[in-house]
Amino acid sequence: MTGTKPVQARLLELVRNQYFWGIVAIALLLAINVAADPTYLSIRYNDANGALVGNLIDILRATAPILMIAVGMCLVIATGGIDLSVGSVMVVAGAVSMEYLQNVGAPDSVGAALTAVAFAVGISALLGLVNAVLVAIVGLQPFISTLVIMLAGRGLAKVITEGQNTTASNDGFRWIANGYVLGLPVVFIIAVVIVLLVAWIVRRTALGLMIESIGMDAKASRLAGINRRGLLFTVYIGSGILAGVAGIFATASVMTVDVSRTGYQLELDAILAVVIGGTSLAGGRFAIGGAVIGAFLIATLDKTVVFLGVSSSATPAFKAIVIVVLCLLQSERVRNLFRQRRAAKASAPKEVVSA
Amino acid sequence: MATSLPIVEMKDISISFPGVKALDGVDFRLYQGEVHTLMGENGAGKSTLIKALTGVYKIDSGQILISGEERRLTGTADAQAAGIATVYQEVNLCANLTIGENVMLGHEVRGPFGINWRATYRAATEALKGLGLDHLDPRQPLSSLSLAVQQLVAISRAMVTKSKVLILDEPTSSLDANEVENLFTVMRRLRDQGVAILFVSHFLDQVYAISDRLTVLRNGKYEGEYLTRELDRTALISKMIGKDFATLKSLGRERQEHHGEPREPLLTATDLGRKGSIEPTDVELRRGEVLGFAGLLGSGRTELARLLYGADKPDSGTVVLRGKKTDLSTPAAALANRIAFSSENRRDEGIIRDLSVRENLILAVQAKRGWFRPLGKKEQDEIVGKYLKELNVRPADPERAIRNLSGGNQQKVLLGRWLATKPDLLILDEPTRGIDVGAKAEIQATVAALAEEGVSIVFISSELEEVVRLSDRILVLKDHRKIAELDNGPEITAETIVAVIAEEGVTEEGAA
Repeated sequence: MTGTKPVQARLLELVRNQYFWGIVAIALLLAINVAADPTYLSIRYNDANGALVGNLIDILRATAPILMIAVGMCLVIATGGIDLSVGSVMVVAGAVSMEYLQNVGAPDSVGAALTAVAFAVGISALLGLVNAVLVAIVGLQPFISTLVIMLAGRGLAKVITEGQNTTASNDGFRWIANGYVLGLPVVFIIAVVIVLLVAWIVRRTALGLMIESIGMDAKASRLAGINRRGLLFTVYIGSGILAGVAGIFATASVMTVDVSRTGYQLELDAILAVVIGGTSLAGGRFAIGGAVIGAFLIATLDKTVVFLGVSSSATPAFKAIVIVVLCLLQSERVRNLFRQRRAAKASAPKEVVSA
Repeated sequence: MATSLPIVEMKDISISFPGVKALDGVDFRLYQGEVHTLMGENGAGKSTLIKALTGVYKIDSGQILISGEERRLTGTADAQAAGIATVYQEVNLCANLTIGENVMLGHEVRGPFGINWRATYRAATEALKGLGLDHLDPRQPLSSLSLAVQQLVAISRAMVTKSKVLILDEPTSSLDANEVENLFTVMRRLRDQGVAILFVSHFLDQVYAISDRLTVLRNGKYEGEYLTRELDRTALISKMIGKDFATLKSLGRERQEHHGEPREPLLTATDLGRKGSIEPTDVELRRGEVLGFAGLLGSGRTELARLLYGADKPDSGTVVLRGKKTDLSTPAAALANRIAFSSENRRDEGIIRDLSVRENLILAVQAKRGWFRPLGKKEQDEIVGKYLKELNVRPADPERAIRNLSGGNQQKVLLGRWLATKPDLLILDEPTRGIDVGAKAEIQATVAALAEEGVSIVFISSELEEVVRLSDRILVLKDHRKIAELDNGPEITAETIVAVIAEEGVTEEGAA
């Protein structure tokens, strides 16, 4: 184990890394796009609004909302739970902000935009709180609790907008999703900052360790003095807030909330991103970095499907194939199969390493 | 017996795991119609050898012969097909199925229309009868049984396949004397029918009562094979731990000296109780005192301890701690009040399997501080280094997942977890169950040293000798209530306590 590792060993470590295959899949998808159109990766600078323009920039923009819900989902899953309500929380957050902006007197002030954001985040936190109460205090299964909010949330959004697709105009709010800083979309920068902040909090404090420990063994953790209830509140409310931010991203880009389509089925994308990132649905060890890669992959996949002109009815199947292949590559069993075959090939007499 | 062909023969078996040589050139022979005990400390390689035989682990070198033929089994199912059945240390049954379903799982009687449940239950009844468990209703859910009886069900499940070899990996660790005797009766019957039994136990009395032959392992190496009647206990223990027996014997002597010293009270519980688990009970505990809880399995000793820690919520009584009325209704509250509790259920309520040794060690301290005040790397290293060394945890690698440690070493890590919280009161529920003589002695010595430093200790154990050796006072429980409180002294022995328990009522028969 001393000295520099041989290149082969390093490569092997890389291949076993849980993110590795996600990154390979992203590269592969981009390669397919380039094959379809050699200029796919090109990025131009638009002098008029100081923005970088290109397919890659579009992917970054599409990644932002998925990043938000994937990171929240990652923490919830680590506790051994699941949050099916994130898509519905998105639409509620969107509906509240749009309703507010449409009905407020000064539609174009930054203050109004900030208030809209505060309302959206506030109601999302509230919905997260309801989830937390159902899971941590009432003791319902997370799947059922969040399923309830998933169904009720979209209904709530319809009540708020009276069933309409509400549209509003506010330059400040619009800027969140359509503005540029240093040539990059603001929405992406905000998302990255939030992810870094969450990752920092989770890993620099003992929050991550405690979340993992209640996810692995709730009973033993309780006896070790860990406050499971408090942690569940933190995690579900956090997931709610992140979903609210995702809802703001999603509505701000078109300044419209579509009560039946905003955030629709995005909880599945979030779960997939987390699983692709190597976090087990059984709870315990989690990887925020992995969820980030997963979010990028899903956004790239969505964009690729559109770019290649795959018919929208075939989109889910296409997505499914990519994800099944990826999960197969990650599965311990399949990997062992490969390893055994390799070992069988190289089964020249080898000395047992004694330690 | 010794001249015939062994039914299982393992020659020169070696297995290494990353960083450890788990088995190093071990030989083992098992004959028909004998009970052969595998002895050794925790981590000596007993479980590994069993898993090597059943094919759960792949061997690196060596030879395994079954009925004279070289075989490499590939796992539990394959082993069962070859006539080797295993009952593990911890009960591996499905609590939500019925007793009968558990016994017959995978061997259900099939008719033309799928499973014939009536015949299946009839077969289950037969299998249970074979173990003297006629009183069990196979249609009751398994969860209605105590852990001890579940273990017996696990054994009858293993016998359903009519195995030629039965491996019992510490089956007695959760049984009381009566149930052990039951089990032994069955083991003798099976032995006389020609079944070869591989037995693992840490109770020397049991080993001597049941086994014909012994194989001793130490640190993954083969120490020797002996006829039980030709090897006395002192010699056996010396072979297992590889050092002088005198050090073990001197243990506990220092405890005798400070019995009876008056000290200020730490905790006074009045009418502490919980419906269905323990009747309202008074407990008084002084600083630096070791208070033993003695009683049979299910007497309420664990239940009472859990109330003191808030692991279960009491529904009556008050606790006065350091002269102040204190609410101890959750573990977090108890920890904040410098009380620590080590559960008897190491696997489910102690270790967190997938976390590393380091994480397991710091968990309680971290929980006490709250997640927003993380322990720095340096503080962690200090705590971890200190307890790995003081408690002699092997291997002393903090980054290893705790599930890869032997039972005794897991227990030491847990002890470290609680000690790191600097408790004034440490409650130890069966801290030495299922661990080897060496680790047991180390844990007992730690308990004695802690009391010396002024820590109060509640010590619970099924082994009355151990309770008597360590405690200043002994609280005797029976049928969910306290029946006596004894001041320990030279006149108190395990027999005294047995007598107290036996005389107190008439319904209970047989004691440890």
